[in-house]
Amino acid sequence: MKGIKAPRHQGTKGLDIVAHNETLGPSVPWSLGAFLSKSRAFLVTYYAMMVEYRAEIVLWAIATCLPLIMMGVWAEAGASGHFSVNRVQVVRYFIAVFFVRQFTVVWVIHDFEWHVVSGRLSPFLLQPIDPAWRFYFAHLGEQLARIPAAAVLFVLCFFLYPEALWGDAQQSGWWKPGVVNVLLMLAALHLSFILRFWMDYAMSVGAFWFERISAAHGLIYLPYLFLSGMVFPLQVLPDVLPGWVYRLVMWTPFPYMMWFPAELVSGQSLSAGQIAWGFAMLGGWCVAMYGLSRWAWRVGLKHYSAMGA
Amino acid sequence: MPSVIADNLSKVFRVADKQPGLLGTLRHFSHRKYRDVEAVKGVSFSIEPGEIVGFLGPNGAGKTTTLKMLTGLIHPTAGAAQVLGFKPFDRKAELLRQITLVMGQKQQLIWDLPTLDSLRINAAVYDLPRTEADNRVAELADMLGLSDEMTRPVRKLSLGERMKCELVAALLHRPKVLFLDEPTLGLDVNAQNAVRQFLRQYNQQHGAAILLTSHYMADITALCERVIVIHHGSLKYDGELRGIVERFAPLREVTFELKQDPAGQDFQRFGQIESTDGRIVKLLVERSRLTGTVNRLLHELDVLDLTVSDPPIEQVIGRLFEGAEE
Repeated sequence: MKGIKAPRHQGTKGLDIVAHNETLGPSVPWSLGAFLSKSRAFLVTYYAMMVEYRAEIVLWAIATCLPLIMMGVWAEAGASGHFSVNRVQVVRYFIAVFFVRQFTVVWVIHDFEWHVVSGRLSPFLLQPIDPAWRFYFAHLGEQLARIPAAAVLFVLCFFLYPEALWGDAQQSGWWKPGVVNVLLMLAALHLSFILRFWMDYAMSVGAFWFERISAAHGLIYLPYLFLSGMVFPLQVLPDVLPGWVYRLVMWTPFPYMMWFPAELVSGQSLSAGQIAWGFAMLGGWCVAMYGLSRWAWRVGLKHYSAMGA
Repeated sequence: MPSVIADNLSKVFRVADKQPGLLGTLRHFSHRKYRDVEAVKGVSFSIEPGEIVGFLGPNGAGKTTTLKMLTGLIHPTAGAAQVLGFKPFDRKAELLRQITLVMGQKQQLIWDLPTLDSLRINAAVYDLPRTEADNRVAELADMLGLSDEMTRPVRKLSLGERMKCELVAALLHRPKVLFLDEPTLGLDVNAQNAVRQFLRQYNQQHGAAILLTSHYMADITALCERVIVIHHGSLKYDGELRGIVERFAPLREVTFELKQDPAGQDFQRFGQIESTDGRIVKLLVERSRLTGTVNRLLHELDVLDLTVSDPPIEQVIGRLFEGAEE
């Protein structure tokens, strides 16, 4: 046989797929084995793709340093004693926000728009799996590829603000969030990513009608910027605005995208009830956004003109 | 049961109508006008399992729109489509596992990774066990003469190599129905031949039905016994490839070589002069007058050699489209 002798010998282990069964048989798309097989194939491949873009990813990681800039501003404000948070709390909060931000960046609207406008969505629509999973795993691959750059920046934070580790005169003691809180933060972080993903995906589907939909992202980005806790810790809201504003904000999805996961490890001021409430809100908004995006997908698909293909 | 049925398929696109210039832009902004474009008008045909059908028509004839409706990418405005017993637009997984659409310049392969990485995803998507996927990749790569190309980033491949890799990705799940839209577009002659041979072999091995559009008549003549001709969205012809010549080319080509220079000879009396090149003359003669004309040529002229043939299929179809334009 000329041509390739099963690509297995190429050093890439060929098509290293976890077989869920050894016969082709009828399709069983949602058996656990098939689900794991698909997830692994997507994750490994998209991680490989993102590693190809490692230089860009380092730049993206640096570009998401807004929380570190805000940390500098708020560290001084915290030290002034005019707010209900002190300097160390502010620094720890923004370091946690920076960490959460690194793993909740969502760019699906730009990617989806490009796939629609260039016609590259069409081949994916002809495969027996929802294209959303490709975009989802591309994000996960990017998050994995981002880890080294994010880790360097994370460590750099402690060089710039060592008091985050061991405290200062106002608040002494080491920063020890505890294993449970860290695990809860990681769970909240991923739920926050899922929430943002489906929220943006619901908007992305607008490309079926308007083609150039990415500008609409600005509509969400503004409230996200100010209400998620990326610019200021949300617990200072009652210090400057009426209490009802704070309560209203807490019913929106935004605080749970950044403030809630960060607060789980930084201030540790959340009671068990508040933590449960935070997860309930995260879960509820995830379900709502997933439902909205699925509905928009079904309706929007009828408007798809498969342009460029 | 036919693999593909198009029943009175129609598609109307609503497109914005904008005049050029600043005034046109301002008018378009305040009073946006639209017009309906009928891309496909009541097209009906069916394709049996194992059949290879050429789908011909000039640019903008409605070929790709028809393919998009048959694959379920777009919703027909009227009429119905059925592929392997399914309505394509329902996008049932059972159907999607059995069809493929290959578009000449559109890729499903991940640009910055080797083809094998994209195939890893496809194999998982179609629930192929590892050994089965490896065997199929090896088989397809062998048929297409691919080797190291599979481990090079797709962006580093030539157009021909990329198209072959696209075919591997599109056929890994062994579809029963192939919709191929310009699969040899932009390829050199060798690559075109390789793709044609591959498609014939795939069709013979797996009994797949193939609907193929191409602007290269060599693709059609090499692969298709049956052709469907579409123009301005309407079906103009559906039948055997050679039938198209009989129906749309009532003239036959008579080529003869004279012993001596034919200076001053009037060949118009035999038929329509197609070309003269020294002692070689090409005439177009009506089929009904062919025998008599050949007899007269042999008797009245000093002929060294004479052949009778159909005009090239490219010419016939070109004339068919020109006629349709008029």
